[in-house]
Amino acid sequence: MDDVDKVFKALADPSRRELLDRLFASNGQMLTELCDGLQMTRQAVTKHLKLLEDANLVATVRRGREKLHYLNPVPIAEIYERWIGKYERHRIHTLTELKKSLEEEKDG
Amino acid sequence: MGKPKFVYVTYIATTPEKLWEALTNPDFTQKYWSGVRQESDWKVGSTWCLKMPNGEVWDTGEVLEVDPPRHYTVSWRHEHFEDLRAAGFTRQSVEIEPFGELLKLTITHEAPEGGEKLIDAVSNGWPAILSSLKTMLETGRALPGTDRMPEHSQ
Repeated sequence: MDDVDKVFKALADPSRRELLDRLFASNGQMLTELCDGLQMTRQAVTKHLKLLEDANLVATVRRGREKLHYLNPVPIAEIYERWIGKYERHRIHTLTELKKSLEEEKDG
Repeated sequence: MGKPKFVYVTYIATTPEKLWEALTNPDFTQKYWSGVRQESDWKVGSTWCLKMPNGEVWDTGEVLEVDPPRHYTVSWRHEHFEDLRAAGFTRQSVEIEPFGELLKLTITHEAPEGGEKLIDAVSNGWPAILSSLKTMLETGRALPGTDRMPEHSQ
């Protein structure tokens, strides 16, 4: 399986996307912090993190006896760069901002 | 270094010497780093800066650690925007490690107390810069548009 396959397979799972969401909200978490409040078992989280790390979507740093997990957005940047040309980026950003603000307005 | 604020990793098919050169030689950095020249003597205590295409220095600091072609750490303060300058110094480290036939490049950034805004500003650029660096070293050409600043950020 090549690197790009690994990234899409990793992102295809909603539990793994939730882990990335948590790291996006608060980067550099230990395993116990990540597991806190999740429906998944610790073993399931460990398995998902390993797959995410293998896809290079999560990077780890050792701090003493602890391992800190970081969201690594570089593979996602590569996907963005692959299909969104430089002249499109500003327009796309405007569109995503519009969608976000209208949907927040609807919920609020 | 305390707890890093962000960690970016990419794997590149190249040699440690070529990657080190691409990172530390300003003639190379401007090819993939939106025209920015990263300039330093790369000795401990040397000054370090990022220079915009128009010659203006936007970020300054000092080389804290250096071990070519494996590792360097710099202190980094933004100079151009007043509110980011007030955030003070942060630390940035670069690691180059073998990974099978590839190299693993890790960029780690630590935030100073209250330096959240600076970190956010710095972190926006890195993923695109890294993917362009990887493309340049693996194919000989940077990603289109990455040799200059994007229009809307000037």
